[in-house]
Amino acid sequence: MPKITYIEFSGKSQTIVVANGLSVMEGAVQNDIPGIDADCGGGMACATCHVYVKEEWFDKLPKKEDGEEDMLDMAYEPKKNSRLSCQLIVSDELDGLIVSTPSKQG
Amino acid sequence: MIKTDTLIIGAGPVGLFCVHQLGIIGLKCEVVDNLDKIGGQCIELYPDKPIYDIPAVPECTGEELTNNLIEQIKAFKTNFHLNERVEEIKKVENKWITKTNKGTEFESSSIIIAAGVGSFEPRKFSTKEIEKFEGKQILYSIRDKTVFKDKIVTIFGGGDSALDWAIELSNTSKVILVHRRDEFRGMQASIDKANQLKEEGKIEIYTKYQLDSVQGKEKIESINIKHDDKSIKEIKTDYVLGFFGLIMQLGPISEWGLNLDKKTIPVNTENFETNKEGIFAIGDICSYPGKLKLILSGFHEGALAARGCFKYAKPDEKYRFEFTTSSKAVKNRLGVEE
Repeated sequence: MPKITYIEFSGKSQTIVVANGLSVMEGAVQNDIPGIDADCGGGMACATCHVYVKEEWFDKLPKKEDGEEDMLDMAYEPKKNSRLSCQLIVSDELDGLIVSTPSKQG
Repeated sequence: MIKTDTLIIGAGPVGLFCVHQLGIIGLKCEVVDNLDKIGGQCIELYPDKPIYDIPAVPECTGEELTNNLIEQIKAFKTNFHLNERVEEIKKVENKWITKTNKGTEFESSSIIIAAGVGSFEPRKFSTKEIEKFEGKQILYSIRDKTVFKDKIVTIFGGGDSALDWAIELSNTSKVILVHRRDEFRGMQASIDKANQLKEEGKIEIYTKYQLDSVQGKEKIESINIKHDDKSIKEIKTDYVLGFFGLIMQLGPISEWGLNLDKKTIPVNTENFETNKEGIFAIGDICSYPGKLKLILSGFHEGALAARGCFKYAKPDEKYRFEFTTSSKAVKNRLGVEE
């Protein structure tokens, strides 16, 4: 199963096996990774599961839907490599993905 | 001081159905919510999104669900205190005294917290030095637009609030609109209007820029905005407005002496009472083994919490379970004909 690495703002890094089909957000929440709040529960309605995707991964991910870009306008300190982790569905192609969380979610 | 049996904090779907459950067992309640409208997340975050897991309702939107719940509790003529956030609660003898940020006070024998993930607050700028200017020259909402007359106003954001205020204030102020990307997400008519005003020289628009820093001691003198390519631009401005939507914050709830587990309140599953006698928590904000954050679970929690409130409201009476299909008393309370 794919491994996802979550890097906290403090620099602490955890690599976790996340089942195919779960979102990167769910992988974090189910494993108590701090820094991803996911207030709306994955509905692309709150921008509190915002993560920065490691550069080399950014272009390999499925493109953003319009709604995701709109929500990222609301995110805390959005950057070019920002994504909502609820929209990143884990698959074998994402094995090795590295994401980092912002200093806070709002 | 408003006296009632139960104070409900939160006017989302779970709080609304709890009004019903209190009402049919003959208890009065008042509802406080920090939003300016009834419906909670259903109305603020996803009014148009269909929901498929409300029992016996195959499909409805957040707005339809809210409207139906309001219809269902019409008979109880409940007072809603909107735009108010509960700040303090304290126990005086066997009553809870609750105070909101607007100074409204309630006396009730029980409190039901149905506050979701907390209250909706405006999202703020992340720049460090902004705090001392917040509420003065840095604002997230507009109460009195006349203060901006003949001033320079810099507006950040790409949605309808940012566009609407940029258009409106351009009549009386010099307006600079800044957004983090090229596309705006507002109504097409507003986007067109803003672009037209830009062509006419009435507003300046900078895209792919975000706030970088603020200069000034007592007052803001200028701000720096940073482009995606890292270049910096200095803007002289009198006011800075940020319209980044709302975020949910637990807020004062964390100061009431309730046990907390992350951002949730642990409860028992018999009546969803917290560690404080007479304070109940239902819906997304409560936690217990097996908790599901579903609206339907919140309805169940509200039904049991309402019965839990009965003994505090009417300590000398015994609660009797009755069905809405057969009880005359319940039908009277609902205002329906026999």
